[in-house]
Amino acid sequence: MGALTDLDLSALWVSVRLATMTVLVLLSVGTPLAWWLAHTRSRFRPIVEAAVALPIVLPPTVLGFYILVALGPYGPLGRLADLSLAFTFTGLVIASVFYSMPFVIQPLQSAFEAVGKAPLEAAWSLRASKWDAFLTVISPIALRGYISAIVLGFAHTMGEFGVVLMVGGSIPGQTRVLSTTIFEHVEVMEYAQAHAISAFMLIFSFLVLLAVYVANRRFPIHVS
Amino acid sequence: MSRLLACFDVRFSAFHLNIDVDVPMSGITAIFGPSGSGKTTLLRCLAGLERAPNGFMQFGNDVWQDEKRGLCLPLYNRPIGYVFQEPRLFPHYNVRANLLYGYKRIPSEERRITIEQVVEILGIGRLLERRIHKLSGGEQQRVAIGRALLTSPKLLLLDEPLASVDVQRKQELLPFIRRLHEELRIPVIYVSHGIAEVLQLADRLLLLNEGKVVATGAPNEILTSLQFRGKLGAHRIGAIFDARVAAHDAEYGLTRLEFNGQHLFVPLQSIAVGQIMRVHILSSDVSVVIGRTGCPTSVLNILEATIVEIREIDQSPSVDVLLDIGAPLVASITRKSLVTLGLKPGHRVFAHVKAVALNEELMA
Repeated sequence: MGALTDLDLSALWVSVRLATMTVLVLLSVGTPLAWWLAHTRSRFRPIVEAAVALPIVLPPTVLGFYILVALGPYGPLGRLADLSLAFTFTGLVIASVFYSMPFVIQPLQSAFEAVGKAPLEAAWSLRASKWDAFLTVISPIALRGYISAIVLGFAHTMGEFGVVLMVGGSIPGQTRVLSTTIFEHVEVMEYAQAHAISAFMLIFSFLVLLAVYVANRRFPIHVS
Repeated sequence: MSRLLACFDVRFSAFHLNIDVDVPMSGITAIFGPSGSGKTTLLRCLAGLERAPNGFMQFGNDVWQDEKRGLCLPLYNRPIGYVFQEPRLFPHYNVRANLLYGYKRIPSEERRITIEQVVEILGIGRLLERRIHKLSGGEQQRVAIGRALLTSPKLLLLDEPLASVDVQRKQELLPFIRRLHEELRIPVIYVSHGIAEVLQLADRLLLLNEGKVVATGAPNEILTSLQFRGKLGAHRIGAIFDARVAAHDAEYGLTRLEFNGQHLFVPLQSIAVGQIMRVHILSSDVSVVIGRTGCPTSVLNILEATIVEIREIDQSPSVDVLLDIGAPLVASITRKSLVTLGLKPGHRVFAHVKAVALNEELMA
């Protein structure tokens, strides 16, 4: 097994930055959306739920293709930014947000559904405003949902390949992430290095999932 | 005395709440009625948790909801303490942090109730450092009441706070609720469908049926009204009133109570002369006698009474006779006795009361 090259390390760094940014964006956008999905009686709810779940079943290339078109100089997002976002880190973040959306929204939605409105009303009756009640009561009770959402969102973004290749290409230091690096190594028959990164990804993913399940056991919230 | 004005007209899928009340806010007001009559919904409207489209609500001089002006204060801006059917304590905090949650959120100049007071009244001193899931149901509900009190509310809303606790715990909690009202002087609105709770606690009754207020008034007037008692599960109640302890007779082991110039003997009480006790009489323990000096009787409690109203009960050999003894008193007698004695409204009679229950004994 060969050591990681500088190029590999820069890919790791891009991957970590990408996953972190994606999770941060998804938590801020996803929290209100998941809350809405958990409590709304709107008839649009199933439509939104289906749209959120879409990246699970869609081939990444399909998603990647449309995002690429949207981000390009003539796409709506590209025009908005007044430049092409395709093959940039920003473009990659936007694509990852869509791609990892269900892995963040769904755990949050289930957590909010489990918490229900009862603790919120209790907090209101104790003079806590909406934000206050959310931060001090709802989010701590929904902590497990947040842990799952963060870990799954992070890990899933680390592992994406198809969308990254479509939207980001594989520009070293900018859009080349670990999964595309493996592909590049295999292309040029550098199996040892492909193996090193693959093994790293495998162990990393396993540890992440292990952490989620241990956390779920260790911090059971007693809702009475 | 401040008043509560509330006017709500809300339609839910299978239910219509239509309320227009103006009641004085002092003591404990019980919202009473059968399951599904809209008690909890009314309470939630009062708290602003349900929003009635054309609602209006005023507490004292403060308008909390006036939809004509588009005003509806959220619950967190109303000086209300709310205790839900379930304790709804916050599982990530211990007892102390739960108690302090609301306390910390009100300005210090508005804090009229201290933690020491609440801990003392509710007897939760030894629970303060416990985790929530280590408490029994009754303990949790006491903490929930304490947490609400520590916001120094101007109005305390209790939604069947004893529904989820067993009879023994109920017995333990009722005196706390009585005390917190007596010691802290906070008006309480108490939702209940248990007649026994209402009898022990309520100073005023708001009778609800199918989303409408059917009657408001003192519990004794409503529960002895021949029109309602059958429907309320109150058909065994003869009277509820507050009497003053007049004297103790240690030799015979009796305490003499006085109300409206009449006397009642009960087993010796350890309560000081001059104190007020709530008295309950079952209608089946009351018999009607014409003339005091007829036959000598072993019955001690003989009260002067006037017959107000007589109502026959369907498919029953009994009739209800509503008497006026300075307070309403219902006697259940047989129709045969009614006819034999020739009783009619307006007749002056004597009521023989065979047994008197006092507050503490009621739940046992």
